[in-house]
Amino acid sequence: MKKLITALTCAMAVSGLAEAKDWSNVRIAVDVPYEPFEFKAPDGSLTGFEIELGNAACAEIKAKCEWIIQAWDGIIPGLLARKYDAVMSSMSITAERAEKVLFSEPYYNTPSAWFGKKGLTINTSSKADLKGKAIGVQRGTVQDTYVTENFSDTADIKRYTTADDLVLDLKGGRLEMVFLDYPVGEQTVANDPEYAAVGEMVQVGEGIGMAFRKRDNELANKFNAALKKLKNNGAYDTIMNKYFKYNIKM
Amino acid sequence: MEWLNALLAQNDIFNATTLAHYWSGFVTTVQLVFVSLLIGLIIAVPLGILRSSKNPWISRPIWLYVYIFRGTPLLIQLYMIYYGVTLINGIQESIFWPIFQDAFYPCLIAFVLNTAAYTAEIIRGAIATTPRGEIEAAKAYGMSRALMMRRIILPSAFRRALPAYANEVILMVHASSIASVVTIVDLTGAARDIYARFYAPFEAFIFVAGIYLCITFLLIYSFRKLENRLLAHLKPLS
Repeated sequence: MKKLITALTCAMAVSGLAEAKDWSNVRIAVDVPYEPFEFKAPDGSLTGFEIELGNAACAEIKAKCEWIIQAWDGIIPGLLARKYDAVMSSMSITAERAEKVLFSEPYYNTPSAWFGKKGLTINTSSKADLKGKAIGVQRGTVQDTYVTENFSDTADIKRYTTADDLVLDLKGGRLEMVFLDYPVGEQTVANDPEYAAVGEMVQVGEGIGMAFRKRDNELANKFNAALKKLKNNGAYDTIMNKYFKYNIKM
Repeated sequence: MEWLNALLAQNDIFNATTLAHYWSGFVTTVQLVFVSLLIGLIIAVPLGILRSSKNPWISRPIWLYVYIFRGTPLLIQLYMIYYGVTLINGIQESIFWPIFQDAFYPCLIAFVLNTAAYTAEIIRGAIATTPRGEIEAAKAYGMSRALMMRRIILPSAFRRALPAYANEVILMVHASSIASVVTIVDLTGAARDIYARFYAPFEAFIFVAGIYLCITFLLIYSFRKLENRLLAHLKPLS
């Protein structure tokens, strides 16, 4: 009996140790490709704005970071199921998501824009102009929410799992327009000379933040401090200027 | 209606809008599955008969078709048809574009070709296992091959094919869930939309799982009734 109690005490002590994490290893999930934020370089390695910023922040908090590739659809359930400790994959901060996860301070925000055939003239804020038009969005994004709230009664909204499929259907002629994060659209749609941004850009959402499990306050605070430092010491600007011609700092 | 509103007020996910979304998904699933099974069966019957032909110029091409469509995943077939057609030069200007522009018809074509291949194989198997005595009796009556096919082999083969075909119908209902990857809002597509909006995968998917179960139950029940009627002569007397 005594032995059993000792064994149990030991086991509890060990599990107690495991609970107090020191966060020397952090696993961060990312949905690839989402150019220019995260994509694979020709040699197969991960790169992009968020990857570089994330690595810089990890160096700041002296943690060893491992990037885990996870499809967007299951990125929040995977976080809650402890498959990784954080998400840094251009996740817009929304009230619905904040019920499930803990967000860091926003670290960037980009405008959203409409893309379509070059020379298309449509007033993209008018319900009448979008009547019956097939428009594509990536399911579950803030762009999806914006289009659903404003045009679900007039336009024919098609929702895609990945941005790749969306662009494929625009270029295949099934969609009139797509509503995308501007930088993503610029890289994936407007790189084709036949396509261009249409109408005015729209600012949607409260910016992009890293997501953590609600109980991991400590880890979130560490990253908040690290990101703040990078924004102030110029390291953020160096990385941003490498990928963007315009300001996305927030 | 009062009680329904009271029931719905207890949760955030199932309200009148989302239930309507599920309903339209249900209608799409039923349409897609019913139409593809119907056309698939119409194609499969002659294919199954010709597949049992002794002439290799007839039976071999059908064997190849069945082999290809049974040998590759339905998802791949759907991708090939849905994205593949847009790569054909000038298809956007041709008269076929109205058919392929929408996601519904490419998906329907993939489902029809797939289920026709499986069903043709089921029918061929049933024809091949016709008891020798029945054929010999028909020959003894001096029936021609066509008459024998119509009066003896096919009715008997359809009866034997029924349990296997019931299985194919149920598999088709479940396979139809992949239509949601090409933007069709079927039951699974509706669940994905609602899941993406509320970040509640469990509630969104358990609800459609329940609906699929109900559809399957109805199918099993109707096929059992049908089997009881058509296979009554095979039952033990007591």
